[in-house]
Amino acid sequence: MKYTFPLAAVVAMVLIAWIGASIPGMQYFFGIAVPYVAMALFLGGFCYRVIQWAKSPVPFKIPTTCGQQYSLPWIKQDKLEAPVNTSQVVARMFLEIVLFRSLWRNTKSTVHDGPKLTYESSRWLWMFGLLFHYSFLMIVLRHMRLFLDPVPGAIAGLEFMDGILQIGAPTMYLTDATIILGLLLLFGRRLVNRQVRYISLANDYFPLFLIFAIATTGILMRFFLRTDIDITAIKRLAVGLVTFQPAITADIGTIFYVHVFLVSVLLAYFPFSKLMHMGGVFLSPTRNMANDSRMHRHINPWNPDIKPHSYAGYEDEFREDMVEQGIPVEKPLPEKADD
Amino acid sequence: MYDSGKIIPGLIIFVLFITFPIWYNHGDAGAVPQPELPKNVKECVLPITEMRSDHMQLLNEWRDIVLRTGDRSFDVKIGDKMYQKSLMNTCMECHTSKKKFCDTCHTYASVKPYCWDCHLAPVE
Repeated sequence: MKYTFPLAAVVAMVLIAWIGASIPGMQYFFGIAVPYVAMALFLGGFCYRVIQWAKSPVPFKIPTTCGQQYSLPWIKQDKLEAPVNTSQVVARMFLEIVLFRSLWRNTKSTVHDGPKLTYESSRWLWMFGLLFHYSFLMIVLRHMRLFLDPVPGAIAGLEFMDGILQIGAPTMYLTDATIILGLLLLFGRRLVNRQVRYISLANDYFPLFLIFAIATTGILMRFFLRTDIDITAIKRLAVGLVTFQPAITADIGTIFYVHVFLVSVLLAYFPFSKLMHMGGVFLSPTRNMANDSRMHRHINPWNPDIKPHSYAGYEDEFREDMVEQGIPVEKPLPEKADD
Repeated sequence: MYDSGKIIPGLIIFVLFITFPIWYNHGDAGAVPQPELPKNVKECVLPITEMRSDHMQLLNEWRDIVLRTGDRSFDVKIGDKMYQKSLMNTCMECHTSKKKFCDTCHTYASVKPYCWDCHLAPVE
């Protein structure tokens, strides 16, 4: 179920777009209406999710540390693993976001005969993750050649580097191969690793299948199903979308609309799924807080406003009752005037 | 809302980054480039839609075959003229200008074919 449902959903979406975009006139729906709705959902949903997170209080100081905290002067602090100030936190966050450091630390525990428990470092997820994410980033950036007119030199440079092997024509992109490899490895990991397979859900498989389908349709469109793939008409449509003057100036092959529809589904699905880790990684309290709870008091934002009440004040309030019940008091009751 | 001083600017940067193509193009979609077509010839070696989408694959095949076997024969007759596999002698015979034909679309779509790493581009 957890494999078949997401797979069926992706296949169904491919068929919807394939059949739908073959109907005359529906190109405007799949090429213009759907991308606009998807982009609106993406931007609106993304901001909504981030603001919802920003409204959630963090009751405790909960950075995860795994190094020597700031201590006495002759004890060396691990500045990246137990940061105490903003610059150390920024350095830690930067390395987390750019190099996925926390995955680098992943270990695998195994019980051998004896019984003997061993831990060994397991960096496969780190490697597959880096491969996938950087391929994806590169692919998104080089697609900007279709949205920007004139094309900036930096984008053209990235595209040149991606196609530097000059294999075939149109030139094969390295990231096409690496994103497929990364996706297959990430998917394979969910099947092979028993613990991960047990906790994987349909919504873990769906993005993998969807992105796989997007990459596959893109590769098919570029290299194999080239019928009616008119790059200037495609670029005119893409630039038209971002300038709010969309126009379909020529018949474009159906595979293009399938690709665009799947990307639109990804955009619309993004804010409501685990893919929000793109924004969430910046807001993880276990990463973005400084380990300085011994220097600065962390106030729980949902604490009620409790006024201090000293013993002297307490006794002033209840002295008469206390004397009446025979409880000793520090300050005796004032003498009564009529004695 | 907590930490709004950091989160709101972060969100604004994100939205500006995502909507960058809108600001970059100044709201002008521009026109699809119109390569200059030869005036005296109406037919190409393949139908026009195929040429439009597959010319790079055709040229790539030609290059491989010609370099490996030296065989330039190409059984296409337009009118009563036979054509051979050659960029400079076949394609450029009608499409004489690289700037007015090849470069119009290639520049628009940021495609940089490496034909001209070896071939000498016509002086224009």
